[in-house]
Amino acid sequence: MTSVVAARRETRPSGHGRPALLFLAPFLVLYLLFIVGPAIYGLVMSFFDTSMVSTGLGEFAGLSNYAEALSSSDFWAALWHTLWFTILTTPPLIVLALVFALLAERASKARWFFRLAFFLPYILPSAVVALIWIWMYTPALGLLSRTMTALGFSEPNWLGDPDLAMVSLALTTVWWTLGFNFVLYLAGLQEIPRDLYEASAIDGAGPWQQIRRITLPLLSRTTSLVVVLQVIASMKVFDQMYIMTQGGPNFATRSLLQYVFDVGFTDFRTGYAAAASTLFFLVVLAVSTAWLVMTRRQEPEL
Amino acid sequence: MNNALTRRDLLRATLLGTAALTAAGCSSVGAGLLDTGPDPNTLAYWNLFGGGDGVRMTQMEDGYRKANPNIDLQAVTLAWGNPYYTKLALATVGDRPPEVAVSHLTRMKTLAAGNLLQELHPEDLERHGMSAEKFNQRAWEAGLVDGKIYAIPIDTHPFVLFYNTKICEEAGLLDSAGKLKPIKGQDGFIDALTKAKQVTGQYGATHGINSDTATPWRLFQTLYAQLGGEVLADEGTRVVLDDAKARQVLDYLRLLTVEKGLMPGSIDYQGAIALFASGASGFHLNGEWEISTFQTAKMPFSMTLVPNVFGGDYAVQADSHTLVLPVRPDQDRARLDLSLGFVRSMLDQSLTWAEGGHVPAWQPFAKSARYKKLTPQSNYAAAADSAVYDPPGWYSGSGSNFENVMGGAVGAVESGGMSSDAAIAQIRSKLSHLANTAPPV
Repeated sequence: MTSVVAARRETRPSGHGRPALLFLAPFLVLYLLFIVGPAIYGLVMSFFDTSMVSTGLGEFAGLSNYAEALSSSDFWAALWHTLWFTILTTPPLIVLALVFALLAERASKARWFFRLAFFLPYILPSAVVALIWIWMYTPALGLLSRTMTALGFSEPNWLGDPDLAMVSLALTTVWWTLGFNFVLYLAGLQEIPRDLYEASAIDGAGPWQQIRRITLPLLSRTTSLVVVLQVIASMKVFDQMYIMTQGGPNFATRSLLQYVFDVGFTDFRTGYAAAASTLFFLVVLAVSTAWLVMTRRQEPEL
Repeated sequence: MNNALTRRDLLRATLLGTAALTAAGCSSVGAGLLDTGPDPNTLAYWNLFGGGDGVRMTQMEDGYRKANPNIDLQAVTLAWGNPYYTKLALATVGDRPPEVAVSHLTRMKTLAAGNLLQELHPEDLERHGMSAEKFNQRAWEAGLVDGKIYAIPIDTHPFVLFYNTKICEEAGLLDSAGKLKPIKGQDGFIDALTKAKQVTGQYGATHGINSDTATPWRLFQTLYAQLGGEVLADEGTRVVLDDAKARQVLDYLRLLTVEKGLMPGSIDYQGAIALFASGASGFHLNGEWEISTFQTAKMPFSMTLVPNVFGGDYAVQADSHTLVLPVRPDQDRARLDLSLGFVRSMLDQSLTWAEGGHVPAWQPFAKSARYKKLTPQSNYAAAADSAVYDPPGWYSGSGSNFENVMGGAVGAVESGGMSSDAAIAQIRSKLSHLANTAPPV
């Protein structure tokens, strides 16, 4: 360990400090101006009754915004909807991505087609994906509704049933973002040396054993990366709800970020919205820290 | 190597070229950067009209440009609802507002309470020939804040009943002149829908429910106001919902959708339009602005007032579009006249606006024979005098959380997912929470 650090110190050439800072400067300036600055301003704003229609910070409110958020049933309902969405989307997006990556890896012909087919939905903007699926989910007229009735089932109320709406949104999200995890897994699979598979085949291992004993353990780094990215991205969900259900039916799919949007931009109460989003930041931080701690124990190098 | 074009040279040339083009670009960029204020002959106008009436507004803007060739009209259309009002509010707070902007009457009060709108004085309006009696009285009175004028109404847009003339004729619902026979009372409405359903084989009427909180609210408000009920009082600080009347309305709507199947309990806004346009439904309940959609679909339809289902005084949910002048730091007489001249020009082109389905608020046109000849728009002109606006309140208005709460609960009852009592309890709890919150304006 120390030899590596010492080697690093020796090999870093001198005189490259200033040009490095100059190259980093544009990004740092934008980062401070548009991410760090507003985040600090938002934190300050959450202690005031800031309103969007007046200048300045408004009256000092102390912790009353936080108290209101923590006692608001709408806030907790929105948080639960976000967590439920995360639970609905994260396992399929990890398992299915791995399954399809394994299958695509084994395809001997037209491999480029399978990779393209699974990745292509990911490059679509959220509004396009939402519109496609709204049309498919339209009652009585949509593709999915017509297919269900043609097959003899009663038509499920995809976006109008409070219990089913979140599942429909999760289905849309899985179709849309599968490609990203799929590509990460493909890259991870290609890093596994071929001779491990050959050696295990000589020792008599079947394909299922190979997957369980070689592929999955060696993919653990990719998996932990995919999981943490997926959980954070699922918790930040907003577009699907906003475009497809507007948080309905009857607020059943309103995610926390949409709740923040509603109170901040519809009600003009930006101070309270800042408090709600700070609380959400703490929740996301807690979830990612918990996961990182769990995976750190598994990683041998760290 | 010396003669050929290197990559560096190409990149440098492209960068300089782009920079030059941008620098030579619009005056607003230069003005914004140098903070010199906009050109005195520029008029910035923001509106939220997409779709059918957006086309009409564009025609009116072109009319203004033709009549005023020396003025540079910069018209911007933003998406309806939050995306529009947040930008308008922030632009005004940041001292960079448009000269003239559109605002719903129900939202204009919140903007005025936030000191974002200029007060319009009668003497300035007189100079441009606009005086109180030249406007629809109901819209004009509803737009006053403590007797002061902050907005000029250009129309009232009520909730109306569309009907397929072919289907209604087969169902025996038209009179000898080919117009819909007046429908009265709860049973009359159910009867008409049942006859239409027998002809279509699918539905009697449709309206948007899924992902649409505005339409269920509008239908509820129409029926509830016909019973004489109110929802909020004292600028939204008190919830005065009449449980018995609300239950009566919700039970009736549930009867239509869940129990009798006369209306689909789960259809989104575009789906409801599609079902009506394709002849799967005889009636359609929506705002009158969809007239252009059905005209483009070339289907046989007409429009009329929503029936007086619950008897009593006639009432129908409506809102009005108004033109407002946001507060700006460099306001002077010349700029005021420029803005008011534009407002007057929009009023003078009320014919084009009425073709988009709206009931004009400008009486010199609304009382003219020209408007009366405009059918089906003139069929529901009486709605402007029976218009019931959303109750005033900082969280109320077009596209507000008030409409989300009300529409969400009503939609849940119509889809059969919630009982009337549960819906009323939810409405009470959510509205009480909003009523007890300190207003941000």
